[in-house]
Amino acid sequence: MSESSAPPLACQRCQRRPASVHFTRIVNGEKSDRYLCEECAREEGAFHFMLDPQLTVHNVLGGLIGQVPETLKLATQVACPRCGYTYQQFAETSRLGCDACYQAFRPQLEPLVRRVQGATSHRGKIPVRAGGKLRQQQALHELRERLRQAIAAEAFEEAAELRDTIRALEEKTADTE
Amino acid sequence: MTNASLWMKSEGPEADIVLSSRVRLARNLTDLPFPNRLGDSDGKRLAARLQEAFDGLGNDWQLTYHPLADIPPIERQVLVEKHVVSPALIQEPVRFEGLVADPGESISIMVNEEDHLRMQVFLAGLQLSQAWQMANRLDDDLERNLNFAYDSELGYLTACPTNVGTGLRASVMVHLPALVLTRQVQPLFHALAQIGVVVRGLYGEGTEVVGNLFQVSNQVSLGLTEEEFVHNLTVVAQEIVGRERQARQILTQSHRLEVADRVGRAWGILTHASIISSDEALKLLSEVKLGQDLEFIKVPGHTTFSELALMTRPGYLMYRAGQELHSMERDALRATILRERLISDAEYKEEH
Ligand SMILES: [Zn+2]
Ligand SMILES: [Zn+2]
Repeated sequence: MSESSAPPLACQRCQRRPASVHFTRIVNGEKSDRYLCEECAREEGAFHFMLDPQLTVHNVLGGLIGQVPETLKLATQVACPRCGYTYQQFAETSRLGCDACYQAFRPQLEPLVRRVQGATSHRGKIPVRAGGKLRQQQALHELRERLRQAIAAEAFEEAAELRDTIRALEEKTADTE
Repeated sequence: MTNASLWMKSEGPEADIVLSSRVRLARNLTDLPFPNRLGDSDGKRLAARLQEAFDGLGNDWQLTYHPLADIPPIERQVLVEKHVVSPALIQEPVRFEGLVADPGESISIMVNEEDHLRMQVFLAGLQLSQAWQMANRLDDDLERNLNFAYDSELGYLTACPTNVGTGLRASVMVHLPALVLTRQVQPLFHALAQIGVVVRGLYGEGTEVVGNLFQVSNQVSLGLTEEEFVHNLTVVAQEIVGRERQARQILTQSHRLEVADRVGRAWGILTHASIISSDEALKLLSEVKLGQDLEFIKVPGHTTFSELALMTRPGYLMYRAGQELHSMERDALRATILRERLISDAEYKEEH
């Protein structure tokens, strides 16, 4: 843990109440620590993991699975091509049938995942075996973001270096395809 | 598998308040249905693949694969009481469920619970980051022989969308008698819920709080890196520890006599009762532990609080007795064990 500077005593948002909640947030690759009071933490809707305290995960999920938008109603009969599971069955059990179900029910699952997880993109570990190419893609993505920031900050020397690194990695990725 | 787990006897940072740290990773194999949809032929294929993968791990991890069907029902209950497996794993009927564990149960992998694999690492005290690193290495090693279900957008795919992404759940078991006594737990837990931290009782979802023991864990598993989830929960745990210490200070400064009285009464009952229920025992053990932590009382026995909490559970008692016991028989055996362990357990030290 990087606790180099002492955390502030007052909430960084209202500067009034004592800071009692600590978040680590990452925006555009920039890591920032945020110390807030409980009220401000609640109001600042930006946090990934806002969930109503009265609702447990399964209550949230149970309530949501049933709420299929009109346009998707027909889709509840759609079956997973691999395991034969239907969205209706998922609604009844809260469990999917196999990993291919995620692809089969993607339109219905996306809003559900956003609601229960507060996010829709995985930012963590990538498996080595299945993820060799994914790792390169993620590395490229990060480099391009750093390049964009370097240009914005007019750090042209750094930008030139980053551009070369990106080119080299792009060629390597193309070779392995 | 029925002795106390290693963490129950080990030292760790803040171990007087944080009894244990746990990191769990959910993983599934691609191309096979999730456990709730697993038919017989797929179940056998899965078991064979997993057996091969665990054999391929070599001796470094010292893991042994036990099909649940081979574990006697009474021992299954002890495993739940030790938190090595969840109550869901041992629910009848037994099909392809299994447990993979090392001798000290620092690592336990539940096979075919809600997901194909749920790898767990347990350490004493507040050591979430260390537990994550160990789980991460185990995951790397297993992945050499297994294809995990993974999506570039959603991450690791799990049977329930609440675990998708990292598949990670970090949790700490905390003992908060002073926050309970000073009535500060409710507002604290309410605040924690606002930031996606869940607090539960001793045995997970929906279980009641007994012995001032709480399980604190992250609610979501997607959108942050594993390190960030683990860091955030570590910070939350440190905050809880700080508040509990503050509350203990208030108790010793302003309510010395009342606390001494509670601790003394708890000790009196624990060491003199002939019949005692498991909830009463845990409640009183919690008060004696507080008295011990605050140096109000010196307990002659060497058995740790975590071990005593396990030894007074119904499944453990029946395992010890080697037979089913009625509740009255359990209550009597429990009282006997408590007297022995608390007052003079020198002769029991080597046994477990
Ligand atoms: Zn504020
Ligand atoms: Zn499917």
